[in-house]
Amino acid sequence: MSLKPLQTGVAFVLAFLSGNVWADYTLNMTRGVTSISHDMYRLHMTIFWVCVVIGIAVFAVMFYAIIYHRHSIGAKAAHFHENTTVEIIWTIIPVLILVAMAVPATKVLIKMNDTTDSDLTIKVTGYQWRWEYEYMGKGVRFLSNLATPAEQIKNRDVKNPLYLLEVDKPLVVPIGKKIRFLTTASDVIHSWWVPALGIKKDAIPGSINEAWAKIEKVGIYRGQCAELCGVNHGFMPIVVDARTPEAFEEWLSQQAKKDAQS
Amino acid sequence: MSSITVDGQHNGSIEGHNHHHTDAGHHGPAKGISRWLFTTNHKDIGTLYLWLSFILFLVGGVMALAVRAELFKPGLQLLDPNLYNQLVTMHGLIMIFGAVMPAFTGLANWMIPLMIGAPDMALPRMNNWSFWILPFAFTILASTLFMDGGGPNFGWTFYAPLSTTYGPKSTDFFIFSVHLMGMSSIMGAINIIATIFNLRAPGMTMMKLPLFVWTWLITAFLLIAVMPVLAGAVTMMLMDRHFGTSFFDAGGGGDPVMFQHIFWFFGHPEVYIIILPSFGIISEIIPTFSRKRLFGYASMVYATASIAIVSFSVWAHHMFTTGLALGAQLYFMFATMIVAVPTGVKIFNWVATMFKGALSFETPMLFCLGFLVMFTCGGFSGLMLSIIPADFQYHDTYFVVAHFHYVLIPGAIFGAIAAVYYWLPKWCGHMYSETLGKIHFWLSAISLNLTFFPMHFLGLAGMPRRIPDYALQFADFNKIVSIGSFIFGAAQVLFLYIVIKTIRSGAPAPANPWNAKGLEWTVPSPAPYHTFSTPPMIPAETH
Repeated sequence: MSLKPLQTGVAFVLAFLSGNVWADYTLNMTRGVTSISHDMYRLHMTIFWVCVVIGIAVFAVMFYAIIYHRHSIGAKAAHFHENTTVEIIWTIIPVLILVAMAVPATKVLIKMNDTTDSDLTIKVTGYQWRWEYEYMGKGVRFLSNLATPAEQIKNRDVKNPLYLLEVDKPLVVPIGKKIRFLTTASDVIHSWWVPALGIKKDAIPGSINEAWAKIEKVGIYRGQCAELCGVNHGFMPIVVDARTPEAFEEWLSQQAKKDAQS
Repeated sequence: MSSITVDGQHNGSIEGHNHHHTDAGHHGPAKGISRWLFTTNHKDIGTLYLWLSFILFLVGGVMALAVRAELFKPGLQLLDPNLYNQLVTMHGLIMIFGAVMPAFTGLANWMIPLMIGAPDMALPRMNNWSFWILPFAFTILASTLFMDGGGPNFGWTFYAPLSTTYGPKSTDFFIFSVHLMGMSSIMGAINIIATIFNLRAPGMTMMKLPLFVWTWLITAFLLIAVMPVLAGAVTMMLMDRHFGTSFFDAGGGGDPVMFQHIFWFFGHPEVYIIILPSFGIISEIIPTFSRKRLFGYASMVYATASIAIVSFSVWAHHMFTTGLALGAQLYFMFATMIVAVPTGVKIFNWVATMFKGALSFETPMLFCLGFLVMFTCGGFSGLMLSIIPADFQYHDTYFVVAHFHYVLIPGAIFGAIAAVYYWLPKWCGHMYSETLGKIHFWLSAISLNLTFFPMHFLGLAGMPRRIPDYALQFADFNKIVSIGSFIFGAAQVLFLYIVIKTIRSGAPAPANPWNAKGLEWTVPSPAPYHTFSTPPMIPAETH
């Protein structure tokens, strides 16, 4: 195993914990490391600013009335109570804004749903309360469990910085390859969510859902189960270890050998 | 409450309307507990609904505070995860079915007959029954917490198979109590529709109805349409659990996602069941304190009806991550975005009502303004949630928790509180303390934002909802949220104190303390036990 991805991973974790990045991360959605997560972030910011502009307009009129049309400063009530033109205008303008928003959202949605031509398929199975990863056709399959000790959860030990976001065996993936994720579950519904990958897909017993990611940067990306799945729903994190294709292939062949032996 | 039992009202303070309540002195309420057990009087039943809802509001609130106490810092300190899940579930169920819905049914009982000039509800005995089912339904539901294996722990949305194959034993009691609540709601809705269609005073045409009556009429149709769907969902659950069916069990050929489709076909109109009566209340109060007629009455009625119709065709926007087909996702995205149009029309109409009015800011108006500002914020996050690619990042995070609390608390709860302050003088004949009312408002409004605004950040930063413990980067905001929630809780205890103080010792209220329009202000305060035994004259301008 080369050291480079490890170093990058550590660097990412340090950056994540340092003030600057941390503040950015906590207040807003992550930009992520896939083109889909970038699209999601962009749509999120666009609709956010649309809301801000509409909000300023509506609240400006409202607070103008609150300040200048007060009974206590002698305001006299006007008598108008309808105006068809105005009512038509404020029905049509929102429709136009919505159409303008729907177009880019539709494009991204179509892109997200295109799971064809993938380089690698990984099946993700949710269990109460752990994830199983299977590299389809590669003979590699393992469980990924929470690695935070119970002592820390019960406040008997100091919590480490990755409290509740660490697993015993992370999902190792290559960067720059189109990875297709198939999600399913063996008991109740779970949801596999890694914000940086722009993927949240329910893992549903009896059916298989698809999602895809093409990761741009080497790094460690963390997520959690996003669908209430019982007592330990809060304790089944996801850790994705994205490596260079070469490092990934090396890891995969070692893993396949190990699995074949056992 | 004793102050409501005024019989023998013979006052001449209201010019020319004495004949409305000529028989007020003939039969007053029965004495003691039997008054409340056997009553068929719309005012008594309204009072019962309102008190039940207030009690359950406090119970559900205490559960939320227990949850927030656990989340005050990382680690498990007060609740084990199973109890945590039970409290989260119960908080949702009790607030929706126990606090908000009965509050509005109580307001409907009190106010609809008074607003349309009817002597009572059309089906008074059924009215008694629809109320008295509820205390039993909620006793059954609450008792599950003490049963072997604990109470429902699968969230108020009770997704299968977590609630079926994997549900605790007490789930059957949960199913039974949901059936009871559904029966109560359906009967209440039938009663409201029958009353509005049949008991309007002569001259009270449909397009003269106060908007509160209109919004409740539309709400009642929604209830009749969707409560049976909920009943169907829980019945299928019961069958899966005990009678060998596999509606939602993939192992037997069923589909867990079908449960979500059925649930949300009920659940989305339910959202509007919760909010529409509040729209009606706001539309009564804002014109009163703006001293100006409601802007665009007709378009308000049409917008309400459109929202109700559209609400049946957007349910799958709660399920974008379940793997719907692309075409279905696109349809539900467009349909959901459309909801913003009639909702926007309503907001614009309320603002236009205030514009060039003569505004004053008594407590009911303050709560309405709180509604306008914060409900609009909740509407914005709703619009953001409708953009599916972004929704994939928001879904099942604290962003959604922030969103629906912003529409539910300023929306439904502030609406109900505004209604209580507005009509309390009519109900009990006493004025509340304006100072205390204003303190209640500002405490509620500030703590509400302290509680729910940081949740947006938590959600965007990646904190999933319904988790009893969280990673360290979420700690600071969670601390703020918990502090805010305790202040909000304390503010509602102040509300209880204000209401009791008003009933016991408030200054006497005139018949029309707000100089408001509407038939309810033509009867004395407190409203006599029987009103409009002979139909009133309808004033030319009723809304």
